[in-house]
Amino acid sequence: MTSNFKRPDGRKFDELREFEAKVGIVPNADGSAMYRSGETIAIAAVYGPKKMHPQHSQNPEKGTLRCTYNMNSFSVSERIRPGPSRRSTEISKITEWALEPVLMLDKFQNMVVDVHINIIQADAGTRCAGINAAAMALAHAGIPMKDMVSSVSVGKLDKTIVVDLSKEEEDYEEGEGPTDIPISMTHSGDITHFQLDGKIDSKQLMEAVELAKKSCEQIYEVQKKALKDSIDLTGGED
Amino acid sequence: MTEEHKRTVVIPGETIKEGDAYLPGEGTEKQGNKIVALRYGLAEEHNRLVKVIPLSGVYQPRRGNIVIGKCNLITFNGWVIDIGTAENAFLPIMETPRYVAKDRLDEVMKIGDICVVQIFSVNGRGIDLTMKARGLGRIDEGIVFRINSNKVPRVIGKEGSMIKIIRDYTNCNITVGQNGYIWIKGDKIEDELFAKKAIMFITEKSFMEGLTEKVEEWFKENGGVKKETKKSEEKSGDKKED
Repeated sequence: MTSNFKRPDGRKFDELREFEAKVGIVPNADGSAMYRSGETIAIAAVYGPKKMHPQHSQNPEKGTLRCTYNMNSFSVSERIRPGPSRRSTEISKITEWALEPVLMLDKFQNMVVDVHINIIQADAGTRCAGINAAAMALAHAGIPMKDMVSSVSVGKLDKTIVVDLSKEEEDYEEGEGPTDIPISMTHSGDITHFQLDGKIDSKQLMEAVELAKKSCEQIYEVQKKALKDSIDLTGGED
Repeated sequence: MTEEHKRTVVIPGETIKEGDAYLPGEGTEKQGNKIVALRYGLAEEHNRLVKVIPLSGVYQPRRGNIVIGKCNLITFNGWVIDIGTAENAFLPIMETPRYVAKDRLDEVMKIGDICVVQIFSVNGRGIDLTMKARGLGRIDEGIVFRINSNKVPRVIGKEGSMIKIIRDYTNCNITVGQNGYIWIKGDKIEDELFAKKAIMFITEKSFMEGLTEKVEEWFKENGGVKKETKKSEEKSGDKKED
């Protein structure tokens, strides 16, 4: 950490925003979860496994995972046009790829698991929040999984590596400018998704991955707690 | 849940037991000398066999299950029944208890009719049903509604204890399909609705310990009068606890 860079909200470089997770918030879905990181809130709902329609998209070998990422028009201060966009299609695909490796869909031939992710409030890191929520929702829906997935975005602001960027930090323009690296990994440490937007050297990149690993561990604990707390063995509801 | 052995909530990828002494059961996998959960649910160890009891998710059809479904389509040799699974289930004409002429299929069941059927087989091509057993057939009277299929064991109770309480207090005949559909048939609509309310209470409190006693209390609070058990028909749902 050569530069004397200070984060706008006074966080330490390895400190996540205040975050929470909740499970079972969409009563009609087969599984659902919410993940909040600072001002970013993502809601994921899982439907299925159900029959894939149209028939030509069915895969007779194994089940399909279908993610839909959507940012609500009111999620940012300047209203965004509702409906699918280039960005949301990309993030939907990215989310599928981030979660597919842990899912065991081989017993669900010709079926599809639908994951709908809605960002109801956005302040950077929405894809990571979406993946975290989706992973919990899939577990809650009882889909067989090898592991959980946690996701965090690491960034390089000028020369400093920081974790969980906010919008303000993402727009940081001084020095080398901002680099955004969203990373998803399983609890055992395997990376399932890795994106990089900006410039970084390999030494700092390794540093960033290490930081992501540490942060994902924290997120995993919260995801685990949310899933466990949703079942009250002494009474109460689902 | 009054079992002596303790159950814990596990999430996918979590290690349930360590050491070579344990065997992986349903919903678990052996990784090295660890038993790892593959799905979200309650982990239970019994005779060194570790398994995960699912708490959520869609109904997974199994051979021998008794289910309640709705007739979707009549084909030339049978009926297509929706039992709440991804695959539609098929009831062939040969699996009805009596002879049916090929052009008289709608005399047994029309589109939209509800029936109690048993799963005969689950194969790659779909689900085959049968109606050739006691307690199966078309439903003509009563109410049918749906609960989460994972809560069916709770509604039935240990050796059918829960269902017996509801039957005693409401004087209704209750058939619980393993797919979560429940058929209640009583003499009065009020009785049927009362039984439905009781079942909804059970699904809400499904994780509570000593639920059977709680339900009896609930009945007393809500003005249920215990009637002498008449020799009612055996209900057809699976009786075991999970």
